[in-house]
Amino acid sequence: MSILIDETSRVLVQGFTGDKGTFHAKEMIAFGTKIVGGVTPGKGGAKHLGLPVFNTMKEAIKETGATHSIAFVAPAFCADAIMEAADAGIKLVCSITDGIPAQDMMRVKRYLLRYQRDHRTMLVGPNCAGIISPGKAMLGIMPGNIYMQGPVGIVSRSGTLGYEAAAQMKALGIGLSTSVGIGGDPINGSSFLDHLVLFERDPETTAVMMIGEIGGPQEAEAAAWIKSHMTKPVVGYVAGLTAPKGRRMGHAGAIISASGDSAAEKAETMKSYGLTVAPSPSELGPTMAKVLAH
Amino acid sequence: MDIHEYQAKEILANFGVATPHGAVAYSPDQAVYCATELGGWHWAVKAQIHSGGRGKAGGVKLCKTYNEVRAAAVELLGKTLVTNQTGPEGKIVQRVYIEVAEPFEREIYLGFVLDRKVERVRVIASRFGGMDIEEIAKDHPEEILQVVVEPAVGLQPFEARELAFGLGLNIKQVSRAVASILGCYRAFRDLDATMVEINPLVVTKDDRVLALDAKMSFDDNALFRRGTVADMRDHSQEDPREVQAAEHNLNYVGLDGNIGCIVNGAGLAMATMDVIKYAGGSPANFLDLGGGASPERVAAAFRLVLSDRNVKAILVNVFAGINRCDWVAEGIVKACHELNVDVPLVVRLSGTNVEAGRDIIGKSGLPIISAETLADAGKAAVDAAKGAPERSARTA
Repeated sequence: MSILIDETSRVLVQGFTGDKGTFHAKEMIAFGTKIVGGVTPGKGGAKHLGLPVFNTMKEAIKETGATHSIAFVAPAFCADAIMEAADAGIKLVCSITDGIPAQDMMRVKRYLLRYQRDHRTMLVGPNCAGIISPGKAMLGIMPGNIYMQGPVGIVSRSGTLGYEAAAQMKALGIGLSTSVGIGGDPINGSSFLDHLVLFERDPETTAVMMIGEIGGPQEAEAAAWIKSHMTKPVVGYVAGLTAPKGRRMGHAGAIISASGDSAAEKAETMKSYGLTVAPSPSELGPTMAKVLAH
Repeated sequence: MDIHEYQAKEILANFGVATPHGAVAYSPDQAVYCATELGGWHWAVKAQIHSGGRGKAGGVKLCKTYNEVRAAAVELLGKTLVTNQTGPEGKIVQRVYIEVAEPFEREIYLGFVLDRKVERVRVIASRFGGMDIEEIAKDHPEEILQVVVEPAVGLQPFEARELAFGLGLNIKQVSRAVASILGCYRAFRDLDATMVEINPLVVTKDDRVLALDAKMSFDDNALFRRGTVADMRDHSQEDPREVQAAEHNLNYVGLDGNIGCIVNGAGLAMATMDVIKYAGGSPANFLDLGGGASPERVAAAFRLVLSDRNVKAILVNVFAGINRCDWVAEGIVKACHELNVDVPLVVRLSGTNVEAGRDIIGKSGLPIISAETLADAGKAAVDAAKGAPERSARTA
């Protein structure tokens, strides 16, 4: 197993016929992801990459039996696309888009609560690199070749830092069950905690790496849960040791605005809850190797 | 994005928040003219900069005559004001706000933030206005009133009333405070704000409730649909390098170290700065190239980093995903040929087509230090910066 996606997941691409949607759909298909079609309002009935295009998500799901979607939709319209996917009953939607207004995300999160927990759509992202279960499927924009199948799960805010972690582990012969990016925005669809719960349940995952950043309460909340519920070892890291207070470091969410937000404070919190914290970002792989050897 | 106090008050007044009469001035003459137009007996002349703590830093002058207004404007305009929030470099005052000063009886704190933990708007109020919210939280935690707004329906009048009564206001004051609280919320919601702070909200002897100060910040991601807000941007209050970076779609934050960083991805950029710190050095900047690092963008990044004369070495760290290392390497070589890169350059490439990328760097004949791992790259950059001579000033 793996979490969130595997080779049986049937995937729709929202914003299918755009440049980004087209490019990444090809990459995902090449990786082995089962793309079953896409949605571009106004282009319904056409074929794109040999696959059907639909006007609405409801129609697309009805015709294809899709379970997952990935949205390559411009920031101004992405919240709408996510809500459309949720209302059509998709299991999981992954949003790559960077730059969605925070209040749009606030409304999206509130909208998802309309549905009962067991029918509720899981949103991954926005502003993330996506999800990959090596050897099975990829729902994202990452370079598939740096990943190797194995027993470790990664959950990371940052895309490229997640790549770095995967590459460091691959160099040491450590593979991954699933790597998921939760994204760098202040309000994300799903949190570290949401994915840790899934990794804890997944029989193929034996250890997890959690890579956080400055800003926000999610790392601390996840660390507290790990202490009380998680049986698998977790390696943690928080980027942004040198970040000054009140300055946004690229990601809209990476800003130290409250106490507990800094990298040093978050790393201390992780340690206090029993996580193994990597001493530096160049030690992500070696730290995981040590933890697995125990 | 931040705006000035006078701009925030103008916005809030349109949403029904009562504010004292005031006008903005760019010169001492204009300041005096504003005072005569506004009428009244006393005026506050307030330096307009994007920072709190102006009062304590001498940026607010209470004046009783037109001559005093002129003197205050002469003193403030053109001055660099250093407050507890600006950092040691301070911010330049180019506008002053002239406001009719009235006596008041009470000061209240009123704030609105987008709370990441609950993913909703949180309203905060306290009877201890005029202090920092952190100080109130520390000294009088029991005196902080809060409402978390349900986004589906917005802030309701009863919630604003509960806050107003909780602040100990009388019924006349309550109805006026409710109008201001609801007005601030609507401005927050309708203009995609991330923060609205009225500190203090004052109560006058005749039961009026006025916003004596106002601060607003807006979501950069929503400016595309808030043209009037976007037009309020004042570049003089921002780091010129950050303004220049934004023009090239780069994310740049100037810091005070001496190793310039050029990285793709915000998380990896922060991690690269961390590696420099662990190696005993200090980063000069945060810089995220973003996705698709074209040669033009790489060149723009080099120009930007080199414009900081504290920079004694540059570390380029690119993990190519959708990008390809050979493209990035070509961009670096091109930038080196076009620009006078007068500091040691350390390059670490990984990901797609890494061998081809390293090959291009190696064959370029340029004095580039190649590093394979993140740790090596950090160490090489720190060592290079130690040996590098002081640079003379130059412009981007």
